[in-house]
Amino acid sequence: MATLMTERKRSALTRGRLPRYTPYAIAVAAIIISAALLSLVGFNVFGWAVLSAVLFAAGNVTSAAIVEGRRKATDKFATSLVVGAFLVALLPLVSVIWTVLVNGVPGLMAPGFLTTSMNGVTGAVDNAAVKDGTPVLGGVYHALVGSVLITLWATIISVPVGLLTAIYLVEYSAGNRFSKVITFLVDVMTGIPSIVAGLFAAAFFAMILGPGTKTGFVAAVALSVLMIPVVVRSSEEMLKIVPNELREAAYALGVRKWRTIVKVVIPTAISGIASGVTLAIARVIGETAPLLVTAGFATSINMNVFAGWMSSLPTFIYTQIMTPTSPSNADPSTQRAWAAALLLIILVMLLNLGARLVARVFAPKTGR
Amino acid sequence: MSTTKLIPKAGAGQAASGRTGDKVFSGAALTAGALIVAVLFAVALFLIVQALPTFSAAAADITGGKGFFSYIFPIVVGTLIAATIALLIATPIGVAVALFISHYAPRSLARGLGYVVDLLAAIPSVVYGAWGASFLASNLKVPYQWLAENLGWIPIFGGPASGTGKTILTAGIVLAVMVLPIIASLTREIFLQAPMLHQEAALALGATRWEMIRMAVLPFARGGIISAVMLGLGRALGETMAVALVLSSGPLIASLIRSGNQTIAAEIALDFPEAFGLRMHELIAAGLVLFLITLAVNMVARWIINRHKEFSGAN
Repeated sequence: MATLMTERKRSALTRGRLPRYTPYAIAVAAIIISAALLSLVGFNVFGWAVLSAVLFAAGNVTSAAIVEGRRKATDKFATSLVVGAFLVALLPLVSVIWTVLVNGVPGLMAPGFLTTSMNGVTGAVDNAAVKDGTPVLGGVYHALVGSVLITLWATIISVPVGLLTAIYLVEYSAGNRFSKVITFLVDVMTGIPSIVAGLFAAAFFAMILGPGTKTGFVAAVALSVLMIPVVVRSSEEMLKIVPNELREAAYALGVRKWRTIVKVVIPTAISGIASGVTLAIARVIGETAPLLVTAGFATSINMNVFAGWMSSLPTFIYTQIMTPTSPSNADPSTQRAWAAALLLIILVMLLNLGARLVARVFAPKTGR
Repeated sequence: MSTTKLIPKAGAGQAASGRTGDKVFSGAALTAGALIVAVLFAVALFLIVQALPTFSAAAADITGGKGFFSYIFPIVVGTLIAATIALLIATPIGVAVALFISHYAPRSLARGLGYVVDLLAAIPSVVYGAWGASFLASNLKVPYQWLAENLGWIPIFGGPASGTGKTILTAGIVLAVMVLPIIASLTREIFLQAPMLHQEAALALGATRWEMIRMAVLPFARGGIISAVMLGLGRALGETMAVALVLSSGPLIASLIRSGNQTIAAEIALDFPEAFGLRMHELIAAGLVLFLITLAVNMVARWIINRHKEFSGAN
């Protein structure tokens, strides 16, 4: 009697369920069928992958609908949609990186690309490069210098302001109304379009120093408007998670509040703050729009952020694409643009990686 | 080490340097906070001051010759069209990506996949612009022609299709790619906060995973999703380079697959470097309009988030 009961239960549990190997079988079938279908119209790998995935999802849903019922089928349909959406979201990432790699590597490998500027590189040089096969001259040295200097000045402005604001919000404000206003405005500031930040800096310096003032420093101010809210947000989060016991222990020893903050709170949170700052730098180093309206387009090296136009990697890419050095032979300009794009992506990725590394290196020993 | 030196001083109750240090430091912190408030007001103030000459200028002097409103209206509509396309594409995919990472992907993979999606946000906008102009536009030429031939009777697909593929639809797709990581990462945070007990209860009652998500996760996350979409909208409205590089601009037209239309941000980026005199003030006025639109969108989004914050604890 007992054995009969268990027999029945087991069968009741597995009844109406697809066997475990079903998805694998459907996957194999989908791959074969889609290959066969595509060979009729013309085979390509991308179409094959897409068609297989669609057939696999359809097969899964249909088999579930027939054997397992409507609810399970709906569940499988939703799963297919969600996984499919994720794969679709990866497509542009892969495509962008692939495009930049393929187009950028030859230019980046060109001798002198990193060590020369565009000074003296004219349309005639590019025409010669296309017609006679002479090497493509010109490089990004001036843009690289400009990017580094502008970002450096933006960091010099943003980090003290951002960090002090975060300290005010966490340590001093005690959640008063002014701090709520600041928090709200910082959130709103995060959403300022970058071009508007550029226009603000341009309008500001146009009123102080006369219209048409375009220097690296104006660009740095524009970038600071974008960078400060990011620094405030990340530093605030990091200061908030510093355990209160540490502060109380310092106060109990008679340490002044400001020394507690400088010697206890900030060192504890420094890993998070540093990684937040690095991420903020990574964000602004790729900004193009504010630099277009504030720094101008230089073709030669300018080490002075307070005078003269300055180039930067993003604006270099932009100008090389929009106004090629030689309008009749745009290929050398395109090559330089993609190489600069690759360089910029490498920089941003290194900064992102650096942020994680920094977070790990400076991580305090909290015992948690 | 130096703290130990301070203790006897403070204990002795002298007007020690520590007290001035305290004052200086808290003063500096307060100043920094006030500076941020000042900067935001300065942004608005300087834009308004520099935009004023546009509003007092004669209508015939404005680009187009019919006054500021008829100049700004087409590019405001163009901006809205591009942002709408971007959101229509990015919202469903972004929410699904967030769901995938929070509820579908294996635990051990989820964090890594989150980083991968964040990488999308790390790529500079000018690179997206270059990619959209060279790779995406040329690959979309054929689909656009197909759309124009077969669905041309719908105004938004009116032919003849652009020969270069540099249309507002392409720009919208590039914007969607840029907005996607914002929506995905914000909604992912909300999905992860959905109360575990509700989810487990739903599963224990025999719900499938999708039913559990529909009953216990999505209702909880509705406010968060809306605000994430609004923040994405703010980004899409203000994004410059993707449109400036991808779109071959022109007057306002209904068709999405012909060259035409323009957005505020791209108009500024393209024309400001060479602008002087009234044209410069005009572009700054356009920037002011963009600033006000994004400000409104962001404020509403933040308001929804803050309201949601108060509820989420009680849920």
